[in-house]
Amino acid sequence: MTKEKIKIYYSKDQLSRPITYELVKKFDVMFNILHADINYGSEGNLITEISGENKNVKDALNYLNEVGIVYKKYNKFIIRDEDECIDCGACTAVCPSGALTMNKQDELQFDKEKCLVCELCIKACPIGVIDVEL
Amino acid sequence: MKTIAEINEKIKKGKAVVVTAEEVISIVKEKGLKKASEEIDVVTTGTFGPMCSSGAFINTGHSNPPIKMQNVTLNDVPAYAGLAAVDIFIGAAELSSSEGMKYGGGHVIEDFIAGKDIKLYAKSHGTDCYPRKEILTTINKFNVNQAYMYNPRNAYQNYPAATNSTDKTIYTYMGTLLPKYGNITYATAGELSPLLNDPYYRTIGVGTKIFLGGAVGYVSWQGTQHNPSQKRGENGVPTSLAGTIAVTGDLKDMSTRYVKGASYHNYGVSLFVGIGIPIPIIDEEMLKYTTISNKDIYTTLVDKSGNETYDVSYNYEQLRSGSVEFKGKQVLTAPLSSLPRAREIANTLKDWIQHSNFTLSEAVTPLPREDKVHKLEIREIK
Repeated sequence: MTKEKIKIYYSKDQLSRPITYELVKKFDVMFNILHADINYGSEGNLITEISGENKNVKDALNYLNEVGIVYKKYNKFIIRDEDECIDCGACTAVCPSGALTMNKQDELQFDKEKCLVCELCIKACPIGVIDVEL
Repeated sequence: MKTIAEINEKIKKGKAVVVTAEEVISIVKEKGLKKASEEIDVVTTGTFGPMCSSGAFINTGHSNPPIKMQNVTLNDVPAYAGLAAVDIFIGAAELSSSEGMKYGGGHVIEDFIAGKDIKLYAKSHGTDCYPRKEILTTINKFNVNQAYMYNPRNAYQNYPAATNSTDKTIYTYMGTLLPKYGNITYATAGELSPLLNDPYYRTIGVGTKIFLGGAVGYVSWQGTQHNPSQKRGENGVPTSLAGTIAVTGDLKDMSTRYVKGASYHNYGVSLFVGIGIPIPIIDEEMLKYTTISNKDIYTTLVDKSGNETYDVSYNYEQLRSGSVEFKGKQVLTAPLSSLPRAREIANTLKDWIQHSNFTLSEAVTPLPREDKVHKLEIREIK
């Protein structure tokens, strides 16, 4: 089993294509959609995790190449220096996916699975303890 | 009724009953006001948030030959030297001339407390008594004379939450505010916050001994923009910006855990300051004030782009829940000041008092209970 986080870019004429359905049917892969920004009639993008057997995930991504759909793999991760973090919460103000939230004890909680690596939190952190790791 | 002297006697014997401003809420609920006020001697508060109106005086000592310092920079951050020859003031919000908004006065103060060497550069016109015209050296907390924090406005008693009505992201001292009411930020320790637990400044006044940045400090004066005449709820708690305090304490004794430089993207630099104030439970009324909880503390909402005004208010329980309803939509809410660190401060102060390491002081003079904040008008120069 393997898992990749990708961002699929749809051009105007690709928007009506049920691409996730095609990939599920053809390659038996699973989708976990994290964020979608589709403007029907113009363009859009979809951030998703795609998981399945190693070969199937690889074939699914090759298929996207073959049919001319552009995607980008996320190779980066957001990291937070937990010892230095003061739990102020400023980063939670800009996190679009709810990966950064305050827990019941008012501490900062980071859910890596939900992170879109949009990097907005890096600039929002007043003490500079959030960074990206390649 | 208890006097502060009586409470101090108990503290010295290690017998004082001390609880935090969070703990007191459930204790009073369980025991009732009367019984609890006989038992509890001190309620400790705490806050750890960005407070721009902060800074420090440092006396560097004299060089040979001496210099009357002007145009001073500390790690390339301009400091004020319009005082006697080697007295300088570094303000928390001043920006570095080499690193811009990434480093500033707040970071200089943090680095100083950490014991690091700070680059000092100064120029002078030179005088007969101070002939040196330029100096480049380093200073640190072990080789200067006095170094004390002096913060003209800290520990705001309540603060409005912030949002953004425009269609662009704006960068403010209230953090990054997303377009079209994309989020709401707020800054307070709520039920733990010092001045919210003594809404009429009955015990907190000039001379009150406090926890400041990990060391002992004092309330030195009313803070700038002190606004005690703000509208108040039935519980006496102001419903927006109200009282403030000026505080001072020895920088050399402080800890970077409770004093931290901060940099707000496209806004500038500030300083997280940790403050804890003990509230002596002199009577039932005082205890009642300290039982204030987040759901009873309301604040206003402001548009930080300055375009709109709102007639809404939220309590801190709502704000802390992660979202509130505004203009018919659920809007994400985010804090800017650290609750875990505020709690830690209240607990540290509690620990100091319980172990007889900190006694309470009587205020020398009260903070003003009536005052208003002036606007700056554009006046004609005659």
